[in-house]
Amino acid sequence: MAKLKIIVSATSLFCVRIEWALKLKGLEYELIFEDWSKGKSELLLKSNPAHKKIPVLLDDGVAIAESKVILEYIDEKWKGGDLYPLLPQDPCERAQARFWAQFADDKCLFGTWGACCAEDALEKEKAVEAALESFTYLEKQIEGKKFFAGDKIGYLDLVVGWIPHWLGILEEIGGMKILDAERFPSLHEWAQNFVEIPLIKECLPPRDKLVNRLSLVRSSAPNKP
Amino acid sequence: MAEEVILLDTWPSPFGMRVRVALREKGVVFDLREEDLSNKSPLLLKMNPVHKKIPVLIHNGKPVSESLIIVQYIDATWVRQSPLLPSDPYEHARARFWADYVDKKMYSGGRMVWLSTGEAQEVAKKEFIECLKVLEGELGDRAYFGGGRFGYVDVSLIPFYSYFYALEASANFSVAEECPKLVAWAKRCMQRESVAKSLPDQYKLYDHMLERKKIQEQ
Repeated sequence: MAKLKIIVSATSLFCVRIEWALKLKGLEYELIFEDWSKGKSELLLKSNPAHKKIPVLLDDGVAIAESKVILEYIDEKWKGGDLYPLLPQDPCERAQARFWAQFADDKCLFGTWGACCAEDALEKEKAVEAALESFTYLEKQIEGKKFFAGDKIGYLDLVVGWIPHWLGILEEIGGMKILDAERFPSLHEWAQNFVEIPLIKECLPPRDKLVNRLSLVRSSAPNKP
Repeated sequence: MAEEVILLDTWPSPFGMRVRVALREKGVVFDLREEDLSNKSPLLLKMNPVHKKIPVLIHNGKPVSESLIIVQYIDATWVRQSPLLPSDPYEHARARFWADYVDKKMYSGGRMVWLSTGEAQEVAKKEFIECLKVLEGELGDRAYFGGGRFGYVDVSLIPFYSYFYALEASANFSVAEECPKLVAWAKRCMQRESVAKSLPDQYKLYDHMLERKKIQEQ
């Protein structure tokens, strides 16, 4: 029985980050799926009483919540030797990676979600403009590099890893266009390279499931995707 | 090599306070530069072009932004004195989680209490007190959030103590009555030179906030 378990939902982009990290480290794990139709499970409420949100990593029963906290935990605990590093060693580079991860989540991801949920045309236009500005910063970060972490993927690639698979769907259901290949050529190329990596691809949820779930969440209340 | 450490800051900022505390805990000599946010310096705009916000730490010409990211950078760079983050991966993650909780709840929660009135303020006050109680629960019977040692979560939260007086006066409640252990923790932290030097006087802060409120309401 796997000592590592993750409490997840089938379509959450935050959960898939954790799977990617564990696979990169060569660690085996078990997925415990939340069934949203039944409300939040006892296990979830007990494991993350502060936020009551997924993902939660259970390491031999000990719970760690918040996806970026979990990523750093995984990197700290399983490091050295042949183990795949997620974050760079140098403190300045680490600070940079953390800065852009926070920026990407706060501005690119939530900016996109806000634009997707906006019903009013003017509100949507403003939200899309703001999102485009944020993506421009991200484009500058990837320019000249294959991945955000360099030749191989790392922490920041995992944090923005929702873009290739989730963004297109958010654009579709939100009636908007953000990742234009002409405007963001480097980001577009990164997205294609990222999603072709076998361990990345194998964790992606089926598109139709994602469309259904995101459409449902969008229509009920504008909260986390 | 001579170290050059500059901190772009404003005295009332709880985020700036975090960095001041961390630098002083480490005994780092730094040049504290007060920014006028209505007239941001070219240095600030150059060093934090993305957000144009303080605090920004400039270490030998290289900028680091976002207060918790700066505190982690300080801890990783000046390793010999006062480690702020635990070496055990689980305790390290626990510290990150709770500092993140402080980040998500305290500033926006406190701001809601300060800016709202009537029924909305009552709701905001209840939510804010609830968050303080959750934090008090996490502290438990320990001297600090870092256990026996002042650490990362303590640094992330203590600046908000300087705001308690203003919030209490505005919404008519007492943090000491609601969360006595948390206030005892805060007073314990205030006995540290790094904290006492870095936090402003709570009455001065209250007056400043009232002034700002008046200006914003005009």
